[in-house]
Amino acid sequence: MSNGSAYLATTEYRTVGEVAGPLLFVSKVKGAAYNEMVEIRSADGTTKYGQVIELAGELAVVQVFGPTAGLDVDKTNVRFRGEVAKMPCSANLLGRILNGMGQPIDGGPEVFPEEEREITGSPINPWSREEPRDFIQTGISAIDGLNTLVRGQKLPIFSGAGLPGNELAAAIVRNARILGGEEFAIIFAAMGITRREASFFQDSFARSGALERVVFFLNLADDPTVERLLTPRCALTVAEFLAFEHDMQVLVILTDMTNYCEALREISTAREEVPGRRGYPGYMYTDLASIYERAGRIKGKPGSVTQVPILAMPDDDITHPIPDLTGYITEGQIVLSRTLHRRGIFPCIDVLPCLSRLMNLGIGEGRTRGDHRGVADQLYAYYAEGVDLRRLVAIVGEEALTDMDRMALKFSDAFEQNYLDQKDENRELEQTLELGWKLISMMPKDSIKRIKMEYVDKNYNPEMAEEFAVSES
Amino acid sequence: MIEGTIVKVSGPVVNAEGMSGAKMYDITKVGDLGLIGEVVRLDGDVAIVQVYEDTSGLHVGEKVECSEEPLLIELGPGLLSSIYDGIQRRLVDIADTHGDFIVRGVTTEALPRDRTWTFQPMVEEGDEVAAGDIVGEVQETTHIAHRIMVPPGMSGKVAQVKEGDFGIDDTVVVLEGGGEIKLHQTWPARVPRPVNRKENPTVPFITGTRILDTFFPIAQGGYSIIPGGFGTGKTVTETTLAKWADADIVIYIGCGERGNEITEVLAEFPSLIDPKTGVPLMQRTILVANTSNMPVAAREASIYTGITLAEYYRDMGYNVALMADSTSRWGEALREVSGRLEEMPGEEGYPAYLATRLADFYERCGRAVCLGGDERMGSITAIGAVSPPGGDFSEPMTQNSLRITGAFWALDTSLAYRRHFPAISWIKSYTLYLDQIQEWYLKNVSEDWRSLRDKAMTLLQKEVELQEIVQLVGPDALPDFAKAVLETTRMLREDYLQQFAFSDTDAFCSLRKAYLMLKVILTYYDCLEEVLVQGVPLRQATEHPIKNEIARMKEIPSEEAEEKISELADRVQRELRSLSEW
Repeated sequence: MSNGSAYLATTEYRTVGEVAGPLLFVSKVKGAAYNEMVEIRSADGTTKYGQVIELAGELAVVQVFGPTAGLDVDKTNVRFRGEVAKMPCSANLLGRILNGMGQPIDGGPEVFPEEEREITGSPINPWSREEPRDFIQTGISAIDGLNTLVRGQKLPIFSGAGLPGNELAAAIVRNARILGGEEFAIIFAAMGITRREASFFQDSFARSGALERVVFFLNLADDPTVERLLTPRCALTVAEFLAFEHDMQVLVILTDMTNYCEALREISTAREEVPGRRGYPGYMYTDLASIYERAGRIKGKPGSVTQVPILAMPDDDITHPIPDLTGYITEGQIVLSRTLHRRGIFPCIDVLPCLSRLMNLGIGEGRTRGDHRGVADQLYAYYAEGVDLRRLVAIVGEEALTDMDRMALKFSDAFEQNYLDQKDENRELEQTLELGWKLISMMPKDSIKRIKMEYVDKNYNPEMAEEFAVSES
Repeated sequence: MIEGTIVKVSGPVVNAEGMSGAKMYDITKVGDLGLIGEVVRLDGDVAIVQVYEDTSGLHVGEKVECSEEPLLIELGPGLLSSIYDGIQRRLVDIADTHGDFIVRGVTTEALPRDRTWTFQPMVEEGDEVAAGDIVGEVQETTHIAHRIMVPPGMSGKVAQVKEGDFGIDDTVVVLEGGGEIKLHQTWPARVPRPVNRKENPTVPFITGTRILDTFFPIAQGGYSIIPGGFGTGKTVTETTLAKWADADIVIYIGCGERGNEITEVLAEFPSLIDPKTGVPLMQRTILVANTSNMPVAAREASIYTGITLAEYYRDMGYNVALMADSTSRWGEALREVSGRLEEMPGEEGYPAYLATRLADFYERCGRAVCLGGDERMGSITAIGAVSPPGGDFSEPMTQNSLRITGAFWALDTSLAYRRHFPAISWIKSYTLYLDQIQEWYLKNVSEDWRSLRDKAMTLLQKEVELQEIVQLVGPDALPDFAKAVLETTRMLREDYLQQFAFSDTDAFCSLRKAYLMLKVILTYYDCLEEVLVQGVPLRQATEHPIKNEIARMKEIPSEEAEEKISELADRVQRELRSLSEW
């Protein structure tokens, strides 16, 4: 849309002056546009793609999607395509497998686009946004009960090397439904994950019969690194198209955002930019925001885009720039714990640092249940106390504790074993809330401070809690 | 009009040559699309422009037009209840004309042109007026009278006064010599609006949040920062203050934050009723929304747009509260543009002038005697959220802000993890305004306010020490008097400091109710000590069921607080003392 007729639509150049890492410096260029897509033909005839990332006079700096091996200064031919990166969008993409740049790689029929859209997208006008407030049931107690996901939210999973982040995401995809029962269309964007992880997801979708509702974007570990910068944008362009043109409920899984950020750092370093924390570029917040913010709902449109990005926290460090910046943009986070994982608890969600910012909008009378908020807060309060006491017990022994302390300790064990640990069970919200009340009933009634009295009187029942006392011994 | 051509494009930064005559911070239209930008550096006839919109698709050789004017903010009736982006474009109009997504190169009127306002003149022909004098009023919303002032730099004898309904471009007062006063004026965003003189803040800024009002109050015209890692509740605190704080006008700057949060504010504010005036909160609010995925340079400008709006209402003599969420995103935008300009980086890549810019911004707040002959007072109270990377307060944004601001409300991740909200740490936070506003509290709340506050604070400090001992020997090994302290501080934490922002009765707590609640808890402590001396076992005292009533004090509505909580204080005393009679 930005190309005035004064500029030639396509032009070919053989004036590559320098190749450095993933960057190509082309000189004597006239009429190239910033962020324009280019095709690069090397001497041996292979074609690669690239994008203009800087223009200075007649010099164009091109970032190449793919290895620059085989490119030379003399014979490399660069063709400027006269347009920025676009993604052909169509409802027929559902059920297809595409590469990281959005081209089909499953050998299926050609996709005839209904519309071609710029992959950078445009920000949704805050005025046009609809407040996300529809509860999504994921079947997982730690999420439904304590950190509720709502339609149009972006809720990342902070995983770590060897932790079951992918398994949790697969479980969410398998179970997720909104109260109306409508099913989700799933956009799955893989960035730098292994073949094994990709097939795990494919098998999981196949088993639950979801394959024909999924669009796969696969940029695997051995695919070009820089291509990863396009993958989430292509995926979200399709997601927005399906949600806002075809009125679908779209769930986007992005895995693994850590690999995406590594690619961003690689390009930034090649451009010799001033590095920010740990060598990541200073604009990483803005860049990540341009991905994560593409979730939400729009007034007057039934569709929605919900995002569940997955990222591996390097060395389980939540303060590392990648999880840190992500947490500042997304509406909460689900954090996995290595300690719980070692104890065989699945999903090993460490609920204390978890959060869903939009939870209050999606729960309560008329949406879930009136006591939902109170039960969640009370479970949090008891559990946090129990976890604190564990440290104390290690030093002073259980004898030095008060009765109340001992009860809190017992509570936290029962909470982990019965509430968090659910293996493959798909729990209804009612079950999750009942379970919460059973646990709360382990504690003295007058210690309940977070729940309104009327709910306590109705639901508090110490007899219910007896089974936990038994399982404890 | 100066017209140049693009010679270089790098992200949001564009170089254009043939721009001689352009001045720093002049607004330019870049390329055929007319993207809005601002000159940030001049080098010979090359102007370096930071562009407020996405620069994809720009070519070398496209034209750049310089308006020869800086970023001007339109000030006049119609600002209230509006939602703007970082450079004062009306988001509602953009949605109406261009759909649900923000496209590039759009311009809108900052103030609605199709509306008329009834102007009530307050001067007569022949009066001498000077800059800042009020010439008349327009009723902007039910409770806000919009005062039409003589713009800075203008003065003279009134030659003509009009009365009736006018649009904002109409002239309502003509001065001798031809000076025209319209319903609106414009002001460059980056220049502070002049005041007569700045005054010391002495009146507290009441927030309705107990921990702030009791322990870390700030003054009207003061400024405070709220730093905290993600998930600690910065935004919830900011919106809670925007809802309940004692201010005539609230400017809320969503600077590089989430789109859905702005939506929440937009959905909620029109339905919430201001307890003081009985009209929807939206009528006193202006939103400046530049979400994180909107262009980074406009994010940098949004802070200045917001403060200029605040200054304008202060000039009318109002108390304005400015919420900036988050100043870190503004700092990052500064860093990003600085990087593109290839400036030498300072700490953590931030430009070396970060501290200066921050100080310039915060110093535009304060309590002041406004321009104009009537010596009216206005104030701007600023609350800036800071998002330190990794929750580490040693980073440059937090540290530079701390050097300037008068109060520090530190959010604590471990409190947030156990759902203690507001997660403001009573150990790390501080305020420098306490002595300045103490007088007011003693006069308007109670004589013993300061002593109660200090006593509660001492107990909370004592708790930290005791907890260290508990970590070594366990709670049972403590003497009863120490246990009584722990019992009381637990009560303080759970029943006083915790306040649920979404509760109907407890979201706003009046000063009187807060004072009474604190009094009950400290009475409880005094009585515990008393009966312990008389040999009553601690256990017997702490198991008394009156504890549960204290725990539910929060749910008592403010209007019944006086009666019910005072009665509770008496009962606490009576019933605990009766224990020792056995």
